[in-house]
Amino acid sequence: MRVDPYILTFSGLTVFATLWLGFWSARKSKTASDFFVAGRSVSVGWNASAISGEYLSAASFMGVAGMVMSSGYDALWYPVCYACGYLFLLLFIAGPLRRFGAYTIPDFAEGRFDSPVFRKIAVVFVLFIGLFYTMPQMKGAGTTLAYIFPGLPYWAGVALVGAVITLNVAIGGMKGITLVQAFQYWLKMFAISVPVFVLMAVHGNYGQQLHLNGKPALAAGAIVSNGGAATNQPTSVASSERKALPAKAPGDTAWLNPFGPLTTKAAKAAGLGPMETRRYSLLYTYSLIVALVCGTAGLPHILVRFYTNPNGVAAKRTTMWVMILIGVFYLFPPVFGVIGRNLLPELYAGVGAKGTDKIVLELPHILNERFGTLGSILSGITCAGAFAAFMSTFSGLMVSMTGALAHDVYGRMINPQSSQAQRLRAFKISAVIVGTIAVILGSQVELLQINFMVGQAFAIAAASYFPLLFMSAWWRGMTMKGAAAGMLGGGLLALTGISLTSFSDLKWLKLDAFWSAHPLARILCEQPALWTVPLAITLMIVVSKLTRGEIPADIRLKMLVLHAPEKLGLKQEYIQEHQGH
Amino acid sequence: MGNPQGPDVHSEEFLRSLMRRQLRLSVACAGTFMIALLGLPLANFLFPDLMATRVFGFTLTWLILGVLFFPLVWLIAWLFIQRSIALEDDEVAEVERGKSRRE
Repeated sequence: MRVDPYILTFSGLTVFATLWLGFWSARKSKTASDFFVAGRSVSVGWNASAISGEYLSAASFMGVAGMVMSSGYDALWYPVCYACGYLFLLLFIAGPLRRFGAYTIPDFAEGRFDSPVFRKIAVVFVLFIGLFYTMPQMKGAGTTLAYIFPGLPYWAGVALVGAVITLNVAIGGMKGITLVQAFQYWLKMFAISVPVFVLMAVHGNYGQQLHLNGKPALAAGAIVSNGGAATNQPTSVASSERKALPAKAPGDTAWLNPFGPLTTKAAKAAGLGPMETRRYSLLYTYSLIVALVCGTAGLPHILVRFYTNPNGVAAKRTTMWVMILIGVFYLFPPVFGVIGRNLLPELYAGVGAKGTDKIVLELPHILNERFGTLGSILSGITCAGAFAAFMSTFSGLMVSMTGALAHDVYGRMINPQSSQAQRLRAFKISAVIVGTIAVILGSQVELLQINFMVGQAFAIAAASYFPLLFMSAWWRGMTMKGAAAGMLGGGLLALTGISLTSFSDLKWLKLDAFWSAHPLARILCEQPALWTVPLAITLMIVVSKLTRGEIPADIRLKMLVLHAPEKLGLKQEYIQEHQGH
Repeated sequence: MGNPQGPDVHSEEFLRSLMRRQLRLSVACAGTFMIALLGLPLANFLFPDLMATRVFGFTLTWLILGVLFFPLVWLIAWLFIQRSIALEDDEVAEVERGKSRRE
């Protein structure tokens, strides 16, 4: 087993460039409040790149391709809904929250309901969902390192990356700086698109590759560009052939068409007939869509950057650009999955870090067979992109979780009289605690797919944050108790369902017999959003009605601040009024 | 809205009309999009053969979901942004008009 020098070099360069850029710009902007205040003048282009850089995690970079390869069509819902969720964020949540001036969900929870208690509940939830979201990033890290250093155990990669980033956050090298995030977006975009174009030029374009599906393996000669004449591609692509699929790969028809292996697993395990299987599969698809769209719209770490625009119009323009930047990005990962199925089907036989999740890293390597080191160079570039992906998201999550732990839990709950030095030490200790938990959790999840885990984190966010933000912004009858009941009820039930299925997939719980007897229960536990989101909203309405007397007294002014155009300057009035109390 | 003098910012009436107009715009955009988003699985369920037709090597449904959905998101986002900026300008103009009349 040898280490490819190109891959090692490119990955190493990314790590050092990221760390160096972080330190360099951290020295220029000293404190967190500097970041917020100075950030207000960030231009639309920079800010849009930075938001996109923060948004595209290991799930987008590695997970989507891996899941398209392993599950086919159904996996396409993930990238599409990741982008659609952003649209819903824009339509319902971004505007009001920006006008209200709440930087984080705990800020919003406290400000909207005048309740420090509710702030604490929200903080606990931030920590919780954050940890769920770090697990797939850790799997991405472990998978990438296991690819770069063949023979390195998965857990060692997780521990190494976790330690480096934790140290970096603890000594203050990463503060969610615009420059670093923007750089990482363009690195990811470059790293995902260039290898795709080269692969398509050599092995046939997206449509041609997809067309091979259903054709016999290793079909000799050129592929027939049936209906593909308009694409103007040379049809003499001699290598447009596919390798034989191993036994573990899903069949061609199931892979290509909707309602494939991903969504029919539960019904298949129960041995249902084809018609009933399809019906359950449709239900699964809808629940997945709700989870991903609402989950994205409720993702807390995205919201902060809406404030780094000078005004509401610029914030909206930025969002438009973000949608274009992430939309263009999401066209590429599925192509890796499609080409990977034809040319690197060996990965179907691998498990954990050796499985389809590493297709983005390994696929360009096949070009070495014909073009010498070109494959190694491109594979090094995708590894660099993967590093950018999990490092940016993991660092961002680390900063927000460590901040919540040090600022809210220690600074407000445990020791409110703490000195500046004590708080600084608390921040460092918190970073180590969060990092350690993340590494321990991350090392347990090798068998779960990256993208699947992100979907689960989104399902929890969909049933807790989304109803909270949506209802608080648009319904004035909401009370703190209603909001808390809905958020906790929805979130905890979603968590329970998801934990049951994940624990049984990891063989910690023996529920297989139960699942095969009750396929519907399995689907509703694995993808709970379809019932938990309406449940959370119902709970909010019912409990709020019961506690009607506790609606904040200045609710009309609050709603006005949430909805009136910023030009009217009502925010100032609101702040004065609040200080008057 | 019914106030010929232009609205008073702190009136119940103004807040209601403000929220109603904004929500109507958001719901209209979301609704249009939901038809596509929720309609596609249903189309896959009801017309599997049609959706499996090959177009440029893709199946029709793969082409829609994997490629064409993104431009649709952009279109709706763009429309929403245009309309909501116009709506805010409109609201500000109304309030200003009301103020100058009262003075």
